[in-house]
Amino acid sequence: MKIIKKAANLLLRLALALIIAGIILFVSGYSPLKAYKAMIWGAIGNWNGIALSLVQATPLIFTGLAVAFANNCGVFNIGAEGQLYLGAMAAGVIGAYLPPLPHYLHLLLALLGGALFGGLWAAIAAWLKVKANANEVIMTIMLNSIGILFCSYLANYTFKASGPVAQTPEIKSTAVLSRLSTGTQLSSAIFLGLALIVLVWFVLYRTKFGYEIRIVGANPRAAATAGINVAQKITAALFISGTLAGLGGAGQVLGLHGRFIDGFSPGYGFDGIAVAILGGNSPIGVLFSALLFGLMRAGGMVLDRTTNIPVDFVLIIQAVIIVMVAAPELFKALKGGVKDVRTVVKQ
Amino acid sequence: MEALEALRMNKIVKSFGSLKALDQVDLTVAKGEIHCLLGENGAGKTTLMKILYGIHQQDEGEIYLNAKKVKISSPKEAITQGISMVFQHFMLIPNLSVMENIILGQEETKMGILADKESRNKVANLSEKLGLKVRLDMLVEDIPVGEKQRVEIIKALYRGAEIIILDEPTAVLTPQEVSELFKVLKTLKEDGKTIIIITHKLKETLAVADKVTVLRNGKNQGSITTDKATPEILAQMMVGRNVMLEVVKGKVEKGPVIFETKGLNLKDKLKNINLKIHAGEIVGIAGVEGNGQTELLETLIGLCSPTSGSIIFDQKDITKDSVEERLDQGLGFIPEDRNDRGLVNNFKLWQNAILGYQKRYEKKGLLDFAAITKASETIVKNYQVKVLGIDSKSSSLSGGNAQKLLVGRVFYHNPRVLIIAHPTRGVDVGAIEYLHKEILSMRSQGKAILLVSADLDEIRQLSDRIAVIYEGAITIEGDGGDFTEDELGLYMAGGLRPESKVVKA
Ligand SMILES: Nc1ncnc2c1ncn2[C@@H]1O[C@H](COP(=O)(O)OP(=O)(O)OP(=O)(O)O)[C@@H](O)[C@H]1O
Ligand SMILES: [Mg+2]
Repeated sequence: MKIIKKAANLLLRLALALIIAGIILFVSGYSPLKAYKAMIWGAIGNWNGIALSLVQATPLIFTGLAVAFANNCGVFNIGAEGQLYLGAMAAGVIGAYLPPLPHYLHLLLALLGGALFGGLWAAIAAWLKVKANANEVIMTIMLNSIGILFCSYLANYTFKASGPVAQTPEIKSTAVLSRLSTGTQLSSAIFLGLALIVLVWFVLYRTKFGYEIRIVGANPRAAATAGINVAQKITAALFISGTLAGLGGAGQVLGLHGRFIDGFSPGYGFDGIAVAILGGNSPIGVLFSALLFGLMRAGGMVLDRTTNIPVDFVLIIQAVIIVMVAAPELFKALKGGVKDVRTVVKQ
Repeated sequence: MEALEALRMNKIVKSFGSLKALDQVDLTVAKGEIHCLLGENGAGKTTLMKILYGIHQQDEGEIYLNAKKVKISSPKEAITQGISMVFQHFMLIPNLSVMENIILGQEETKMGILADKESRNKVANLSEKLGLKVRLDMLVEDIPVGEKQRVEIIKALYRGAEIIILDEPTAVLTPQEVSELFKVLKTLKEDGKTIIIITHKLKETLAVADKVTVLRNGKNQGSITTDKATPEILAQMMVGRNVMLEVVKGKVEKGPVIFETKGLNLKDKLKNINLKIHAGEIVGIAGVEGNGQTELLETLIGLCSPTSGSIIFDQKDITKDSVEERLDQGLGFIPEDRNDRGLVNNFKLWQNAILGYQKRYEKKGLLDFAAITKASETIVKNYQVKVLGIDSKSSSLSGGNAQKLLVGRVFYHNPRVLIIAHPTRGVDVGAIEYLHKEILSMRSQGKAILLVSADLDEIRQLSDRIAVIYEGAITIEGDGGDFTEDELGLYMAGGLRPESKVVKA
């Protein structure tokens, strides 16, 4: 009952968003119907479209899951973008520079490296929150800029491949996440994402650790009274969140680009926030909302390619949809959460 | 002379899913009357009032105000119709000042600009006329509960309320504050306001109300004027059987000291607290709220560490132990405010039933659902928690049932030392009888029990020894029978200085 109501409400808001975006298009002299047809056709009209949508959805599964995991513990991780970059860079470097290794071992190391660096990057924010009571929202935003610029520096100087582009050398074939079908860009990174959905669900709802994480997220003062170490849980949750985002970056490098390319993410980390919130911070919800966002992105790309509608409109349509669909939940999420660790446990 | 009818609710029906919370309930309240709603936990009192205040919509039935049929679909509409509700859980915004809280949403403006002076005068007049003392410029988070409640009442009056609903207003108040509140309510009544009050305290009901309506299981059990009622009659109407309003306390051989504090200090909040609790003994801490009880409880459970002094549990110093370690050693804790530190409201009942004891339901890192189900169902059954099932959210529990869950959780997990604050807060008379029996049976099992309660009757009836806390210090300690109610009240108000302390061994 509740789920049906929620879904109906969501569809209504989605329809409203499309109408508003349609009006904007119409006023600007373009045909909304044509535009939407192109988008929908491009996103699901044929196998290529579907593949494109899935390719776009893949990193969003990771970043959405990352943000959702932290939200379950009452911490708002806006820093998934930076963690994604760090993870991508680590995977790119490990993939390209390690001496020859057996295939799966090399791949595994590259993935682990991506996870670890994403996680550590997020853990800095956790550490500052727990030790100095810094606001994680501001910390993760600042770490975003630092992380992205740092990776850019590495791609421009330290690990730069020869050539005009700011990118690292191509990864060795032993570190590649295989493509699923020739002719598309879809890689097995999506299976990794699906596996993580199941794993995160299991951890959150079936383990004592997940139970404690969620109690901290829902009522940190009751959690502390129940003997749960709130600071430790927050740190763990942010670290895991960063790991998930980092894996998303690694997936892009090892499965799609074959190397770290400066500026490779069009904001997957930020979209992850909307994905998580739209998905109600549940792993299953994240899966569906990542797919929806993937469709939107793919549709937008096709729109850009096949019509004369300027690319800015694609962004406007996406923005209207995000505002209509995810913003109400976003505000709710911002209001809750562990605001001040010190009010929970007095030192 | 027949009094004018201020409010009539006619055949109100309300269901939550498969649960019929209200079944054809009638309620008539005369203008200028103080009307008390009584009933067991989960009887539907709060639900009925939430319908009147527009938070819930009735499935069937009508509401008449001044004999005119009305439809109230939101609190906003209720307020324009002159109805205000003061919730047990205050709805004030902590980091705004008292003044700001009062005028919130009803600011006086002059050509769009806040007219501060006008509002201020209006509020000051109200508070003076009714003797409702509040400090307008304090932040709400810095004022004690009693004052918060006065702020809520002024806020209601400021919005022009003619009917004021108070949901268990006395649960968090000290006896002095209660009598102050009642004075205010009587002034309001003389002013022609109509008041509906929900409480579980029968003596209070008789002291303040003109008329009582009793609900049981969502049905109206009838009304009675207070001049014809006694506590026994009311209890009988509520529960449908005779209730023992006084506990019978057997004698228990005291064992060795199990729990002890030695010279506990916490900044300027706690001063040299020395407590000794034997096995099979209940030590009651009496005091006006805000005299260090919260700090004492938090120090004992390990939420904050004392500046100096030590806590000894079974001859082991646990001063440096974490909350988790203390719970593991068998410390059981019932916090003061169930919604704050006790329960996670939008989580399911079973998730709340194991909170603090989740370790015991872990099998190789996984939650053992079979064991959890069994424990939750036992707690629900033994402690008479009225709920659809263990998968229901705990926010759907009525106030008293939530409290029973909290107490049940701690008692079920077999602690050796119990630190319990306000164990029967918001609980109905029948359930109080049961919980008091449980506390006494814990005592006969040789547990050491520290009881903090704002309810003097409770403290006096249960405690073997009573310690009075005032401004963070224990000012007097003695055997339970040593104090009369008046004496206790005097000591609690600081009537005895620490230097003249009489400690009987
Ligand atoms: N939002 C809700 N969803 C589901 N059930 C609810 C909800 N609110 C109340 N109930 C149920 O309706 C019944 C009546 O609840 P209500 O809160 O009115 O009781 P009450 O008489 O105020 O009890 P108490 O004295 O314990 O506060 C209870 O069984 C409660 O569990
Ligand atoms: Mg109630």
